[in-house]
Amino acid sequence: MKKIILFLLPFSFFPLLDKNAYHMDLMTNVGIYVLLAMGLNVAVGFTGLLNLGYAAFFAIGAYTYALLNLHMGCPFWLGLPIGGLVSMIFGFLIGIPSIRVRGDYLAITTLGFGEIVRIAFNNLDRWTGGPNGLLGIARPNFFGFQFSVNATPYFYLVLILVAITAYLLLRMSDSKTGRALVAIREDELAASCMGIPTLHVKLTAFGTSSFIAGIAGAVFASKQTIITPDSFDFVLSVLILAMVVLGGMGNLWGAALGALVLGILPELLRGFASYRMLIFGLLMILMMIFRPQGILGGQLIRRELQTKNEGASDAAS
Amino acid sequence: MPLLEVKSLTKRFGGVMALDHISLRVDEDEIVGLIGPNGAGKTSFFNCVTGLLRADQGEIFFKGSPGRLNDLPCHKILEAGVARTFQNLRIFKNMTVLENVATGFHSRTKSGLLDAFLRTRRLRTEEAMVFSKSMEFLRLIGLQNQGNEIAGQLPYGSQKRLEVARALACDPKLLLLDEPVAGMNPSEKQEIAALIRKIRERGVAVLLIEHDMKFVMPLSDRVIVMDEGEKIAEGSAEEVQKNPRVIQAYLGEDN
Repeated sequence: MKKIILFLLPFSFFPLLDKNAYHMDLMTNVGIYVLLAMGLNVAVGFTGLLNLGYAAFFAIGAYTYALLNLHMGCPFWLGLPIGGLVSMIFGFLIGIPSIRVRGDYLAITTLGFGEIVRIAFNNLDRWTGGPNGLLGIARPNFFGFQFSVNATPYFYLVLILVAITAYLLLRMSDSKTGRALVAIREDELAASCMGIPTLHVKLTAFGTSSFIAGIAGAVFASKQTIITPDSFDFVLSVLILAMVVLGGMGNLWGAALGALVLGILPELLRGFASYRMLIFGLLMILMMIFRPQGILGGQLIRRELQTKNEGASDAAS
Repeated sequence: MPLLEVKSLTKRFGGVMALDHISLRVDEDEIVGLIGPNGAGKTSFFNCVTGLLRADQGEIFFKGSPGRLNDLPCHKILEAGVARTFQNLRIFKNMTVLENVATGFHSRTKSGLLDAFLRTRRLRTEEAMVFSKSMEFLRLIGLQNQGNEIAGQLPYGSQKRLEVARALACDPKLLLLDEPVAGMNPSEKQEIAALIRKIRERGVAVLLIEHDMKFVMPLSDRVIVMDEGEKIAEGSAEEVQKNPRVIQAYLGEDN
């Protein structure tokens, strides 16, 4: 808890220091990336389930809120959890048949699913507006305070969601469920022989991961007020995966840091104009050569474990 | 009633009979050695009993379990009371030593994801119980001071013992050990032999695969010999050592 406040408190001052509207908007998007990276980390980092179609779950959350809002006038605060739940249901639907296959095969299945969802949204013109997307999605209203084009309230909304997500995920990772997830990543066969119902636990991880993407999607839809299938393409899935890997797989703060770096870096490199993405790619390659475990790989994981063991030895003595 | 009763268990891999109508039993509080030349089907037998492989024919019964064991998934077989270790170490390398043991309690604790999110009283009591009991198992194998270390960084012998402790944490009635002393020096082997005797004292029967005759013969109450998927002999250590079929299997055809 203390750690979360320590990590996130500095960011809460950001809007006071930087009045630039563009920066504000960027930081809000980065916050959404942080949510997504934390969510994907549950599947990829903790459990070792490579999901290459994560953008699809983000899209499902976004379209769910958008459709509920446009057709039924569903308010944002109701649409937010529903977006998460619908995304989670799709997570289970795709997970139940495909999670039995391992490693590369799961990656291909999720890759296919990601493309199917995007193409479906693109072609179901009657409901989704096709390539034009959905327009005029309502912004949140918080007890009379109406969100507007100004990104600052969204920034705080996202910051709070990040804090809640981090809090719950830290609790999860420091529990029986967290151990089961890591055990499956380490050695699925041994895990099943130790009495862990691997299918059930992997679905839990996949569902949790999808739920977080759905939440992020609903926020995104309400912030943009326009969503099109283009916003949820394969590149986004890969970008989020890169955030998780760059930050350090299986490390909550690593995923967040990876999202922060990959979210801001392209903006910082704007000075290089058209060489921007080239330098970006080069940095990624160098990173993977010299620090393949990610920025916060190894080191922070160990600290986490130490605190856990202190608690354990207390219990033992 | 025997603890484990296997009837005519058969497993084919293509044209190869890995297990050819194997029947055997293990009684409570017994240490049984399962020996045989390489490729005799010993590990395949373990894999069939623990649900990693589906047997083609035959039946496996376990005391206290109503149906056939071979219809159950791995984790249900564990819950019935059969835990195992692996020939090639399969500990969770990036988890701590203590956490490795703690995973063994998974099937016997009830708290789920919601308990973790809400940090319910149930979760807290269970976690305290799991970690204090895990420490006891670490004491049993002499790793009580290494609980906080990353399991993959332990020396080989300690990793082997950790795997035994992790299996014991599952509270089995029968422990299957697949080559528990492979690659160990003589003094380490003695430690493991003592550990296995201690495990039996706790009321856990042990079925172990081992190649080292000096280790397995004095330790086992009964020895079962396999060759090319068949059970070729069974009896006390002395009986088995005199059995002509066993001598033939180990030393080859006598011309």
